[in-house]
Amino acid sequence: MRPTRLIPLLLALSLAVPALAETFEQQLANGLRVIVKEDRRAPTVVHMVWYRAGSMDETNGRTGVAHVLEHMMFKGTPNAGPGEFNRRVAAAGGRDNAFTSRDYTAYFQQVPAHELAEMMRLEADRMRHLTLDPEEFAQELRVVMEERRLRTEDQPQSLLFEQLTATAFQAHPYRVPIIGWMNDLENLAPADARSWYDNWYAPNNATVVVVGDVDHQAVFKLAAEHYGSLQARQLPVRKPQDEPPQLGIRRLAVKAPADLPLVMMAYKVPVIRNIEQDVDPYALEILAAVLAGHDAARLSTSLVRRQQLAVEAEADYDATARGPGIFYLHGSPSAGRTVSELEAGLRAEIAAVQENAVSADELVRAKAQLIAGQIYKLDSMFAQAMEIGQLEAVGIPHTQQERLLEKLQEVTAEQIQAVARKYFSDQGLTVGELDPQPLPSAARSPASAP
Amino acid sequence: MTFCKSLLLLFLSLVTPLTNAAQRIERWQTASGARVLFVESHALPIVDVQVDFAAGTAYEDQAQAGVASLTRELVELGVAGMEETQVASRMADVGAQLSGEVDRDRASLTLRTLSMADKRSVAFELLRAILSTPQFPAAVFEREKARSVAALKEALTRPETLAKRAFWSAMYGAHPYGRQATVASLAALERAQVLAFHAAHYTAPRATLAIVGDLSRAQAEAVAEELTAALPASPGMSTIAVPALPAASEQWIAHPAEQAHLLLGLPALKRGDPDFFPLLVGNYTLGGGGFVSRLMKAVRDRRGLAYSVHSDFQPLAQLGPFEIGLQTKKEQALDALGLTREVLARFLAQGPSEEELRAAKQNLIGSFPLRLDSNREILRSVAVIGFYELPLDYLERYPENIEKVTLADIKAAFARRVRREHLVTVIVAGDRGSRP
Repeated sequence: MRPTRLIPLLLALSLAVPALAETFEQQLANGLRVIVKEDRRAPTVVHMVWYRAGSMDETNGRTGVAHVLEHMMFKGTPNAGPGEFNRRVAAAGGRDNAFTSRDYTAYFQQVPAHELAEMMRLEADRMRHLTLDPEEFAQELRVVMEERRLRTEDQPQSLLFEQLTATAFQAHPYRVPIIGWMNDLENLAPADARSWYDNWYAPNNATVVVVGDVDHQAVFKLAAEHYGSLQARQLPVRKPQDEPPQLGIRRLAVKAPADLPLVMMAYKVPVIRNIEQDVDPYALEILAAVLAGHDAARLSTSLVRRQQLAVEAEADYDATARGPGIFYLHGSPSAGRTVSELEAGLRAEIAAVQENAVSADELVRAKAQLIAGQIYKLDSMFAQAMEIGQLEAVGIPHTQQERLLEKLQEVTAEQIQAVARKYFSDQGLTVGELDPQPLPSAARSPASAP
Repeated sequence: MTFCKSLLLLFLSLVTPLTNAAQRIERWQTASGARVLFVESHALPIVDVQVDFAAGTAYEDQAQAGVASLTRELVELGVAGMEETQVASRMADVGAQLSGEVDRDRASLTLRTLSMADKRSVAFELLRAILSTPQFPAAVFEREKARSVAALKEALTRPETLAKRAFWSAMYGAHPYGRQATVASLAALERAQVLAFHAAHYTAPRATLAIVGDLSRAQAEAVAEELTAALPASPGMSTIAVPALPAASEQWIAHPAEQAHLLLGLPALKRGDPDFFPLLVGNYTLGGGGFVSRLMKAVRDRRGLAYSVHSDFQPLAQLGPFEIGLQTKKEQALDALGLTREVLARFLAQGPSEEELRAAKQNLIGSFPLRLDSNREILRSVAVIGFYELPLDYLERYPENIEKVTLADIKAAFARRVRREHLVTVIVAGDRGSRP
């Protein structure tokens, strides 16, 4: 470890990466933003449409509607019937899918570069002309309920996370699961999907991101051609729904069929709101990297290897979000150890940072991961498009990507110690425990059919 | 600082289209006898290396099931002169990432590093040490064994794990591909068995290196020599027995989950088999083609029975599985099973239509550039070509091999490989209530 050699290199890379990564942006008269990044390594392109509407924009009784609408987007327009979207992407030699988060809903296609125009034609068509047939809706709702069973009901860790989130947040809509509560899904109506679509699917609420073997001027021309005729619409007022301050520790337990206990600790922390003036979110990012950013990070070195208190121990934090932030610590205890012991162990790791700060070596190591990760991301057009879309969706201009990296590089050990002291108290803490329940004995003895 | 910046600009000027990778695979052998495949690409300051050993679970003794995975985990946890945290710290210092996995045939180590000389040299030196002087410290062995037991116990509560395990047992029985670690076999493992497994399988003639990225041929040769110089020259390759095909069976396993997990399949295809392309093209129509496959349309779109349903071939050194899988609300298990069998039966009887064949080829050929549009994707393909000794022009000829497939080829290949008298079925958590 010779920081004197590493630091200049890190700085140089953080300055040089954007040279590989220039983007171009244009806004159409209808408010649609188009962002293009040229990457000529292969004759392919990623086309994404990001809508700034996610589960946090849903209302009571209609949770899950953002995600259901995402499914319905593949169910046809007057121009392209049910399934036709997928069929045409496949015929173009492409892959496509979509994803819904708390903050946004996004659609993408990866295709040979010459198929971009066809993808824009298809996306522009469904931006305004979705059929939302009631029978297709009823059918697709069954698919979504299967998805909820698959991803949540039968996943003890997901159940714990869902309950933990619903406990940590009481006012802010981050409290509801993205996929929606099962009962809301059971009672969702086509009209709910229709009003969601009419509210949010407008060019002035969308960003198109294109990364690949393209010329940006040609892309702007195509975008104007295909998306230009769509009308801007008045968007609904977004209420802040700020979470009131938490006044003390909250605890919950989830019982589910499992073997390994799990403890999840959620601390309320800030996220980036002002790129230049904020300090704490950057310090929290580096703290997460020091705790769990690589195989030699503190949690696995101390809790898994040295003390053998845990079989897994992790930290997670995302400094960019439309809503409030959470810093997670979670892990599973080793055989013979309890979740209480592991919780104490995780708390002790935070206390160590509060008392003694982190070392210069650890700081440099954590930052080295960030820089390398940024370069590795250049190997994937999809990852580059994701980064642009995600930043924009949470209100951070993608052109600030380089500045975010610089701000991370500037984080000091003192700042990390300060955030550890400021936010990691019981006042804003929610702790969830997975209490494993044995399977009925029948589940262990397979029976053969006659 | 200025040096690095100009270095990156240099990378920009040397950009060569990645799709040429198909024509640019180079192959040679190291002095120690390891096979090397290399694709040179200077577009990004990155080097990816994958080292595959013929050291998968198929090479375990039944009584020591679990030893292959444990060995792979332990190789990087302590080398001569450095304990595990030092190895991981050094790796992290230069921003390098080491990962890997174990399947039936292979145990893999995959390294991604920046290509600047002072970064890559550290990363390669660590990988060399991991390959040549792993220490398997007793305390680390005990700890990792305990973690593996904990992970397995947890996995054994999951319906998807129970389904997979029953499925492979039903397909392969006592054949090495049917071998699976149990809590008892893992708990009984001794450090000496890991050492013995390592000595017998992590050798030069059992190793394949795939290298992709920002190195010259000369540099790649030097790296390959450095990495493999200390690998033992024996034992050599060994072969895995040909599996016998199972008799058709249907197994229901009770579980409290809300969804039933269904798997249907049989041993069907090995690497390098001439039926590969007909099966690949045919399966696109059946259940490989994502949202547009027959299974997806029937099970998901028309009936809303499942979030996803797939079919695929998983070719291995010996016959690997053909698999159909889906999950559905447990009360619908019989219904979904009936529908899946119906779709399969109709496909086996009639094959795809002309139109479906055209759509399959259009997608598989059209999407070929997407399979090679990053160093990571190229590494994945090249590692398979190297390990399974596929022809070097495999990628180059991939589109024409797809194009050549006829309806008759598909029907004949499926008739040979997917025979109902050998089809095994596993249902975990399914409700059999309405079964006559």
